[in-house]
Amino acid sequence: MRRQSERPSGVSRPDDFARTADDAYVVGEQQGGGPPDRRPLPPALRPIEFARWIWRQLTSMRTALVLLFLLALASIPGSLIPQTRISPSEVASFKQRHPDLVTLFDRLGLFNVYSSVWFGAIYLLLMISLLGCIVPRARVYARAARARPPKAPRRLDRLGAYETWTTDESASEVATRARGLLKSQRRRVDAYDVDGTQVVAAEKGYLREAGNLVFHLALLVVLVGVAVTGLYGFKGRVAVITGNSFQNALVSYDDFTPGSQFDIANLAPFTLTVDDFHVSWARSGVGRGTPTGFDADLTVTDHPGAQPYNYDLRVNHPLDVDGTSVFLIGHGYAPVVTVKDGDGNVAYSGPVIFLPQNSSFLSFGVIKAPDASPTQLGFQGYFFPTADICTGNVPCSTFPDADNPVLSLIAYSGNLGLDKGAAQSVYVLDTQDMKQIKTADGKPRALILSKGETADLGDGVGSIRFDGYERWAQLQVSRQPGKLVPLVGVLAAIAGLLGSLFVRPRRTWVRSRTDEAGRTVVEVAALDRVSGGDPKAHVAEVVARLRGPTGPDDADPQPRSQPKPEAREDEESST
Amino acid sequence: MTETMAHLSNNAMYAATIVYTLAMFCHVAEWALARSLPADAVADADAAALAAAAAPASAVAASAVVTSSPAAEAMSTGRPIVPPAAPRTRSAADDVERSDRYGRIGLSLTVLGVLIQAVGVISRGIAAQRVPWGNMYEFAITGSLAVAVAYLFLVRKYHVRWLGLPVTGFLVLVLGIAVIVLYRPISPLVPALHSYWLMIHVSSAAIAGGAFTVGAIASVLYLVRSRLEAKAAANPDLPRRGFLWRAPDAESIDRVAYRVHAFAFPLWTFAVLCGAIWAQYAWGRFWGWDPKEVWAFITWVAYAAYLHARATAGWQGRAAAYVALCGYATFLFNFVGINLFGSGFHTYSGM
Repeated sequence: MRRQSERPSGVSRPDDFARTADDAYVVGEQQGGGPPDRRPLPPALRPIEFARWIWRQLTSMRTALVLLFLLALASIPGSLIPQTRISPSEVASFKQRHPDLVTLFDRLGLFNVYSSVWFGAIYLLLMISLLGCIVPRARVYARAARARPPKAPRRLDRLGAYETWTTDESASEVATRARGLLKSQRRRVDAYDVDGTQVVAAEKGYLREAGNLVFHLALLVVLVGVAVTGLYGFKGRVAVITGNSFQNALVSYDDFTPGSQFDIANLAPFTLTVDDFHVSWARSGVGRGTPTGFDADLTVTDHPGAQPYNYDLRVNHPLDVDGTSVFLIGHGYAPVVTVKDGDGNVAYSGPVIFLPQNSSFLSFGVIKAPDASPTQLGFQGYFFPTADICTGNVPCSTFPDADNPVLSLIAYSGNLGLDKGAAQSVYVLDTQDMKQIKTADGKPRALILSKGETADLGDGVGSIRFDGYERWAQLQVSRQPGKLVPLVGVLAAIAGLLGSLFVRPRRTWVRSRTDEAGRTVVEVAALDRVSGGDPKAHVAEVVARLRGPTGPDDADPQPRSQPKPEAREDEESST
Repeated sequence: MTETMAHLSNNAMYAATIVYTLAMFCHVAEWALARSLPADAVADADAAALAAAAAPASAVAASAVVTSSPAAEAMSTGRPIVPPAAPRTRSAADDVERSDRYGRIGLSLTVLGVLIQAVGVISRGIAAQRVPWGNMYEFAITGSLAVAVAYLFLVRKYHVRWLGLPVTGFLVLVLGIAVIVLYRPISPLVPALHSYWLMIHVSSAAIAGGAFTVGAIASVLYLVRSRLEAKAAANPDLPRRGFLWRAPDAESIDRVAYRVHAFAFPLWTFAVLCGAIWAQYAWGRFWGWDPKEVWAFITWVAYAAYLHARATAGWQGRAAAYVALCGYATFLFNFVGINLFGSGFHTYSGM
């Protein structure tokens, strides 16, 4: 299949386009006059020559290869080091664990690998390199696609797929019929006459190189399309507790990532309420504890004043409001607590979102009661949906559903640090200026609360009651204008790749001449440009169609092509 | 019904592992018996059959050696067979026959193993009432089935029985690990996988993975064989003995490796792009640089580099084969490393 190794000079003829995706850069090199870095550098380069030399270097296959390697290498750190765009919380905890690396990593952009300068530089260079190859190649192809099929070789009988016979039909009649036949097979046909010998040359399979070019261009379309979609779109996340509403406005989001060209004013003014959240787990059998489905019952109002409607939001079943999509990407528990302060007043009451830590939905969370007096109160700890005691006398959750909800908290009193100025995460308790509530013998006191239980913190600090729980839904809201562009690009890329793989360029020749006896000798031969096809079968078909109507003059002076089984073996050797 | 199917599946996996092990032993015998055979040794029966040119009766005997010997090479290229110049000893001809017989038994056992494994995978799907692609055990049994099917397909199309030993060895290893370490009882699919995209995305990735595996094995054999050839070229007195000398030459092996990779690459592209479309539908973004996505991308880039390397002067041959192996390493890391230790959205290993 690889022919470029036989003809290392690259594209030697304008019609030589039977190439595949992997030698896409040959034209660029050819125009640069061979492998550029083997050429000795001229003693002094004028700017224009230098620019040309740089361009040749950049668009050479070697450089493309190096850039591909670099791209692969550059992608690796982003999968090992937490990324701000994917998980800001993991980045925060990584920074806490490795304070000495923070400055260096920040400077290298290792927390934002895929938007860093060096990553961008590599793929920009790769795109330029690709363009610098594809454009000249497309020009060559445009010429080749208009060219006439190549002339017949002198010795057709040397080709693997060859048949000949003699007939009483005139040479020009045969040629005319051959022309019609090959045309009807949607081949490009050229007929000419050499000293009375009628030749019909046909070629098919121009789509191979076209597919190759389309594939590479479509990759660019996909990349540019995704980039543009990102520029004009946004992505945001919000956790909504059952019974609560979400209004699509910047302040409502937990996390919002706009594209640089996105206008906040373009946020679709919809409102949704999570009326209920259903989740089911396999309760028995070997898959016990595996989620079998979750969905959120929403009431959606497209814009103020519009008629509200219900929507069943599920994974793989997103909601679309005027081009803004809402996806259900997760869920969890929000224990409902009532915190009373030392004065006996309610300092906090309501659900608090806890983040699931594992598949049993053991969830971690923080409760803050800044309004408590005389001192502020803070709690952190775990919510066990189905609390149990596991091996090692460790409390654990044995099932993700809330069969036996238990809240286990450590309490603190003092200053929550909310007035320090810096924004504080709702999932982190700053205990720097707080005092841990301890037991009488000075050990940390764990508050273990079942539903409805109250724990007094002692010393008139306050109390906390575990009222129950709500569920919350993690929603992702995003808008990706023009997402059809990358989708079309994807389809084109696959079509192009298939074309460059499965289209088999084939040349066919039919030559007819009158011999000394006045009869017409017809020769049919075919040549495949890539392996895997069966040119002999094609020749046999052409012969059958050409001879068919003439019937009786079947005097067969030459044996027809060899028996069929060899066709496959010939394909082996022809590559 | 479900229970029966689950039992059937488990037993079929054990049986397939055992059958593949036997196949591997046969291929070991095939190699061992060919250890001292010169590259051009031919079995008596084959020599006679070949000498009798294209007599129809020779078809059976000829097909017997069609994979591994130079005689087979000659057969498939249509070149006339040149009888070995050196007088053949009786035992050499015997060894050729015996080696070849073990090779054929190994191949037959592999076919049997594939059938049993296919029953195992399908019954697992019936028992689970879904496609059997829900956790790492199921990925492993489906993926190794893809490897085996890809190998048999290539045996049929390109006569690559010389891949038998490494392929069966790989199958035994993967199925053994799957059955012993990765096994998980049937459980329902997590909701994120409730989509017809699962079929498209995972099946194309599995088939591509199977082909990548066979391609990598062929690339390794190519590297070994081309090293042998380089040594022999430097030292003409070196005896050309052993199974690898009786396999096709380095160039032919490389061609097979290329074809497999060229088949797998578009499929992998398709799998990745389908994954991106599905991700948009399920999670609201085409591409999120999730660790699995990153490594799928790295694999794609590495194999793209391989295809380009083959067309670049100075990178053809051994260098390109090393690039292909790098690509396979990234593929394996994605399957094993990211599934077991990774985080992110693609954590379906069930481990």
